[in-house]
Amino acid sequence: MSFGQLMNVRRVFEGRRGWRAAGAPLVAIDDATLSFEQGELVSLLGPSGCGKTTLLRIIAGLIPKSAGSVRIRGEEVDGPHPDFGFVFQSPNLMPWRNVLDNVLFPMEILGRRDAPARERALELLRMVGLEGFHGARPHQLSGGMQQRAALCRALIHEPALLLMDEPFGALDELTRMEMNDLLLQIRERTHATVVFVTHSIAEAVYLSDQVLVFSRRPARIAERLVIDLAYPRSAQTRFTPRFAELSQAASRALGVLH
Amino acid sequence: MRRFIYPPLGIALTLALWHWLCVEFKLPTAALPTPYQVLVAGVERWDLLVSEGWVTMKETLYGFGLALALGIPIAVAVSNSQILHLMFSPLLIALQSVPKVALAPILLVWLGTGIESKLAIAWLVAFFPIVVDTSAGLQSTPRELLELARSLRASRWQVFSKVQFPAALPFVVTGAKVAVTLAVIGAVIGEFIGSSEGLGYLLLSATSQINTPLAFAALFALAGLGIVAYFLVVVAEWLLSPWLPHSTERNS
Repeated sequence: MSFGQLMNVRRVFEGRRGWRAAGAPLVAIDDATLSFEQGELVSLLGPSGCGKTTLLRIIAGLIPKSAGSVRIRGEEVDGPHPDFGFVFQSPNLMPWRNVLDNVLFPMEILGRRDAPARERALELLRMVGLEGFHGARPHQLSGGMQQRAALCRALIHEPALLLMDEPFGALDELTRMEMNDLLLQIRERTHATVVFVTHSIAEAVYLSDQVLVFSRRPARIAERLVIDLAYPRSAQTRFTPRFAELSQAASRALGVLH
Repeated sequence: MRRFIYPPLGIALTLALWHWLCVEFKLPTAALPTPYQVLVAGVERWDLLVSEGWVTMKETLYGFGLALALGIPIAVAVSNSQILHLMFSPLLIALQSVPKVALAPILLVWLGTGIESKLAIAWLVAFFPIVVDTSAGLQSTPRELLELARSLRASRWQVFSKVQFPAALPFVVTGAKVAVTLAVIGAVIGEFIGSSEGLGYLLLSATSQINTPLAFAALFALAGLGIVAYFLVVVAEWLLSPWLPHSTERNS
């Protein structure tokens, strides 16, 4: 039994019903089937607007599916689940809270904001290289630093599953590579299971254990690639023949290489 | 240094031009007094300006406070309930387009010539910007933050108190800044229509006695009062939302 299992998940957005001509129903996700193990990082790779974010939100229980089943640890997901951690494309820190209070926000909602939680928050901040910034306001940090803090916020309640929606898409290339390495480190330490949405081929191949390549709308899984690059991965990994091969396979599945 | 030299210079130039106009064209004092005559009138009747100014200030701040106390809860109710929103939003928008000042004579009939009618007019003009801006703020919470809270199964109260309301606070402050300046106008209109005290009343009675320098002095006092009221809101902003980068910081 896999840790996470999606069977024939489908999501249709109904056309608008009104005095104007009703739009045809929009199929955002069609027949998505995938599974992943505990501790795995699985990437959903596809062009913008192909419905991969929709699939992530379905896994999170934030929006309902039209058909199919989503099981995490054998349990059907039918609503929001506090055992998941979230990282969005923009950091979305709360400007009225300092960094530490932002990281502790989930613990506050869960009613577990205590001394050990505070210790853990400081430890996470140390791990992502934000030591000494716990009292800073978000607007005093750079975009990359804000996203690091957002990563701590997602990890603070020790979620079983980390859901990341193009978390580094808004960062510049160098910062993005730094953040990729940081995520690899975090996985090594926390053994987190991650579902990662991205439209970057290099990022998907570099980070993942398996990459699911989506076609254009309606999104279908066009290809499943098992990434067998050895750990620990580093900048060198990007220049290995195997990395090039896998990137090529992903490009071909995306239809950008013939 | 520039910002300390040029603004006073601009004011000095304007005053000089004003003075020159009065002298060159031999304008009668009753039409346009010189800046110096206004200053003298102001210094001579200092006590009067302060006591009448205090009355207008009270009317303004009470009206503004009442607008906050009623406007914010109404905005919260309308933004959080679909039914209330559907029932009252059109009404609020329709009421907003009524020239509130036109209601002043009616309010005077209802409430008499005391402070109550001025307070009511100040409240009425200050109320709408607060309601409109607060509900705009409450409805523009970043979707991701709401989803984050929802994914943690936050209660409605937690979502409101920890996410929605703090996120809306800058909007509330913007509305309050508009509202407080409008409240000054409301109070003065009230005094114009029927009153025996306040700077608006002083202005009217000074002009009817052709004491134009005093009328101008009252006008300046009124401007000063508006600035003080505005800065009270700015100070409250600093205290309530210290996380907002100050405008100078944003520019740099």
